[in-house]
Amino acid sequence: MPKVTFTENLVRHIDCPACEVDANTVAEALQKVFAQYERLGTYILDDQGRLRKHILISVDDNLLNDRIHLSDPVKQHSEIYVLQALSGG
Amino acid sequence: MKPLALISTRKGLFRLNHDKTVEPVGFLGVPVSMVLAAKDRVRWFAALDHGHFGVKLHRSDDYGESWQEIATPAYPKTENKEEGDSLKLIWSLAYAEPDSSDRLWAGTVPGGLFYSDDGGENWQLNQFLWQKKQEQGWFGGGFDEAGIHSICVDPRDSNEVKVAVSCAGVWVTKDKGETWQISAQGMRAAYMPPEKEFEQIIQDPHLMVQCASEPDCLWVQHHNGIFKSTDNAASWQEVKDVAPSVFGFATAVHPTDPNKAWFVPGIKDECRIPVDGKLVVTQTLDGGESFEQLSEGLPQELSYDLVFRHGMDIDSSGEKLLMGSTTGNLWISEDLGESWGCVSNHLPPVYAVKFL
Repeated sequence: MPKVTFTENLVRHIDCPACEVDANTVAEALQKVFAQYERLGTYILDDQGRLRKHILISVDDNLLNDRIHLSDPVKQHSEIYVLQALSGG
Repeated sequence: MKPLALISTRKGLFRLNHDKTVEPVGFLGVPVSMVLAAKDRVRWFAALDHGHFGVKLHRSDDYGESWQEIATPAYPKTENKEEGDSLKLIWSLAYAEPDSSDRLWAGTVPGGLFYSDDGGENWQLNQFLWQKKQEQGWFGGGFDEAGIHSICVDPRDSNEVKVAVSCAGVWVTKDKGETWQISAQGMRAAYMPPEKEFEQIIQDPHLMVQCASEPDCLWVQHHNGIFKSTDNAASWQEVKDVAPSVFGFATAVHPTDPNKAWFVPGIKDECRIPVDGKLVVTQTLDGGESFEQLSEGLPQELSYDLVFRHGMDIDSSGEKLLMGSTTGNLWISEDLGESWGCVSNHLPPVYAVKFL
C-alpha cells in the first residue's frame, strides 16, 4: 500500500505518524489518513480542500502536480511525503 | 493567580503579571494574532497563525494554564474549488453576551464575521455581511483582502453589535447579525479621488472602540485621521490638527469618561515610524477639543516602534494603559498615560495586548 509520511515540523502541533493506506490518488490517500487523525487535514489543506500554499507533497520523488484536486495517481508502493515548503517564512 | 494582561506576539503568547514580570504562556514560536480573555470569564481563546499550516484556534478552561485546539472558522466550500475562500487570519474576537463564555464573535481575513454559541466547537459565517462583502467588493487594508478587526458588543443590548472593517467602514446590527447597516457617515478617505472621499464603503477604520458606560460614544483611529461619534455611530466627526500626526493604528477610550481617549501617532502610510524618532501617546480629555503629547518614560530618540491596532489597551477600572510595539517593547502606565514604565525590551513583535 502507498505510504504517507509527514514533515517532522508538524509533530509538535499534532499527531501525524506515517501511515500505509489503500489509495489510487493522493487525495484518496490523504482522506484515509485524515479519517484516522481528526484535525490533521486542516493543517495540510485549506477550507476548500486545496493544498495549502506553503505545503509541498512529493510522490516517488515527483512534486505534486494537481494542488487543487490532488488527483495525482499513486502506485501500490508509492512513497508520499507531506513537507513544509521553504517559502512562507 | 490570574495575570494582569495577556500579550499576543509574533512568537507566542505571554502574560504580564501583577508584579510587572513577563512570562511565556505558550505557543512559543507561533504567531498569536489575537487573544480573548477576561477575569470574569471561564473560557479564554487564543488565535494562532501557523503560516504553513494555517490558522488555528485554542481554548483554555483553566485561565491559561492549559490549552486545547478547537474548531476554526471555515469558509463555505464552493463548487469550483479554485475560486473559494479560505481563512487567512482571525483578527478579532469578542464575547457575544455579558454572561456567557460560549457565545462568541470572530472577525477574520478575508472579510468574514463568524458566530459560535458553543464555545468555539462550531462556527457559522454571517451570511448577510458576507453577501455584502461579495457584492460591494470590499478591499484590503493592511492585508491583501478585507478584514474585520473591531467588534463592539453593545453593553446595553448584546443584540446590537458594531464591526469595523479594513476596508468597508463600520457596520451595525441591532438583531444579532440577521441584518446590518453601513454606519460610516462622515468618515473621509484621503486616499481616494475627491468625489469618492466620503463614500462609506471605502473607509478604512484602523480600530474602533466604544465607551463602556456611555456606549453612544465611540472613537476610531482611521487610516488618515481620528474620528469620533456621540450618536451611536449614526454619524462621525473628524478630529483634525492633532500633533504630531493623526496617522496611527491603536486607540483606547476611558471606560467611564468618553471624552478621554488615547492614540499612538506615527508618520503616515509610507513610513509608519514615530515622528522625529520620538514615541509619544496623544491624549484628549475633552472629547477631541484639545490634545496633549505624553512622552514621559517613552523613548525620545531613535525610536522605530510601531504600535499595531490591537497593541494598546485600557483596563476596566480606567486606571492603567498598556502598550506593546513591533520592536518588542512593552510599556505600562498607571496614571493614564502621564508616565510610562518599560516592562520589557525583549519581547517578539507585539500584535495585541489585553488587560484581564
